[in-house]
Amino acid sequence: MSEKKPALWLRIFSFLVYVYIYLPILILIVFSFNTQKLNIRWEGFTFKWYEVLFNDSNVMLATRNTLLIAFISTLVATVIGTMAALALQRYRFPGYALTESVLYIPVIIPEVVMGISLLAFFALIKFQLGLVTITLSHIAFNIPFVALVVRARLHGFDKSIEEASMDLGANELTTFWRVTLPTIMPGVLSGAMLAFTLSLDDYVITYFTAGPGATTLPLRVFSMV
Amino acid sequence: MDEFAVEMRDVVKIFPTPEGGEVAAVNHVTLQIKHGEFFSMLGPSGCGKTTSLRMMAGFEWPTEGEIYIDGTAMGRTPPYLRTVNTVFQSYALFQHMSVFQNVAFGLEMEHVPKKEIEHRVRDALEMVKLSGMGRRKPKQLSGGQQQRIALARALVKRPAVLLLDEPLGALDLKLRKEMQLELKALQKEVGITFVYVTHDQEEALTMSDRIAVMSQGKVLQIGTPVEIYERPNCRFVADFIGETNFLKGRVKKTDEDLLTVELLDFPREIKGVGQGNLAVGQEVSISIRPEKVRLEDDINDDTAPYKDSDNLLRGRVLTTAYVGSDTRIIIDIGHNISLIVWEQNHISTLDPQAYYTAEDKVVIHLPFENTLVLPEG
Repeated sequence: MSEKKPALWLRIFSFLVYVYIYLPILILIVFSFNTQKLNIRWEGFTFKWYEVLFNDSNVMLATRNTLLIAFISTLVATVIGTMAALALQRYRFPGYALTESVLYIPVIIPEVVMGISLLAFFALIKFQLGLVTITLSHIAFNIPFVALVVRARLHGFDKSIEEASMDLGANELTTFWRVTLPTIMPGVLSGAMLAFTLSLDDYVITYFTAGPGATTLPLRVFSMV
Repeated sequence: MDEFAVEMRDVVKIFPTPEGGEVAAVNHVTLQIKHGEFFSMLGPSGCGKTTSLRMMAGFEWPTEGEIYIDGTAMGRTPPYLRTVNTVFQSYALFQHMSVFQNVAFGLEMEHVPKKEIEHRVRDALEMVKLSGMGRRKPKQLSGGQQQRIALARALVKRPAVLLLDEPLGALDLKLRKEMQLELKALQKEVGITFVYVTHDQEEALTMSDRIAVMSQGKVLQIGTPVEIYERPNCRFVADFIGETNFLKGRVKKTDEDLLTVELLDFPREIKGVGQGNLAVGQEVSISIRPEKVRLEDDINDDTAPYKDSDNLLRGRVLTTAYVGSDTRIIIDIGHNISLIVWEQNHISTLDPQAYYTAEDKVVIHLPFENTLVLPEG
């Protein structure tokens, strides 16, 4: 690869794109230190709003819930998503094409649809809405994302390394832990990171599956706007 | 210890095809590989050589028949319980481990004490001339070096049999030739039975004690390199190993070893040595190796050196190619048939008269013992 510099217009254009993406966030951060409550005019520097935030027990509870849900749903979705990706890579079975396409539907369908259907489902089986239903829902929409990312990593996976491992005396389980998993780990980690991010700021599906008592940070913030 | 290191007894392996059919990748193969032997399985792609090797390793199980390793029937024994190790065509190194960890992996699985592992890994790396590379990652090494690690990783386990699946396939020609000789020397040094799969006939001839030539799931011939090259038992083997010319014919007469064959393309009888049981009237191929014929100028008088021979073909030189050690000459013998003849350049001269050129009239003399009569197949 040659290391030549991009053209001037390309650099200016790229710079403007970054401004467009990050300037609003930057302004928000700056104005969070503003003494004036309305973010229109800069009046003076203060930490007051942060004090208010950390003393608001509702916000803190919502934050804790959000992190807990994100953590658990990421963990479970990563395990299941990785297993699904491995199975689709390794086996051919009747209904393969259907299984493959159905797995990715949650990625495409509108969140509202998924939220309502999950709500209807929990209502149908008379499951009390709360943190558990939010977590279950997050697991459900995270699985396909993890599976998608892990499958991309598995593309071009050399099956012979697993054979080599067994050839050298490792049984199936040892082969998975010592050879297969470390090899696909980058894919598993990026899948998990994606799942974690999606869970952290999900609003729509959480809104439908939260129930009266449970709240997460996105829900809390929306209710305060 | 059993008489044979590996034995295949009437082994069949059937795979389903994507279209829903079935194909016999290995079709009733029986062969015996002796202890300490360098045994090659040679054939074009799809001939069943790799499937046979994979069945020895335990990655596939025979549909029918049985594979014995050192006298023990393998059945459905998984790879990790077999006393064989494999060197893969793709090397199959563990990229997330260092070279040392790669080689140590198999010993860890055997729960060899740590001190001994270190010792044996060091010896193995030394054996493949990669001492001091232990801390590198496989990616940082060249193709040839990666190949050596794969070899060390398999050999460090001291297997009864080492299975090699086209291990030099990905290397460039020069490195390949070096590695061939090195592998052969290594095999003699460690004394382990090598089963070597290749589609490269020259490689098989260079390295092997014995070769099994395979085609379409069947073993056609098993023999030493000399036997395979000098006495192929059918047209396919003669064609696959080295270069040769074929003339089609029909057996006219059999007296002991010498057969008289009537050519099909033009009226002429050729005498040659028959392989296998050939009956009068059977259609055969006559195989004539390009280096095993004698070429003479076609001078039409009684002093011609070939006047008493009867295995003669007359022709006209079409083209010649001087390649140093010999000159390759294509000769038109009429009836739309041309033969390739290699004339060794055993006299060093610049005289153009010493070499054949296009349009020269020549006589091709086929010594009986160099003219092989082979069944089709």
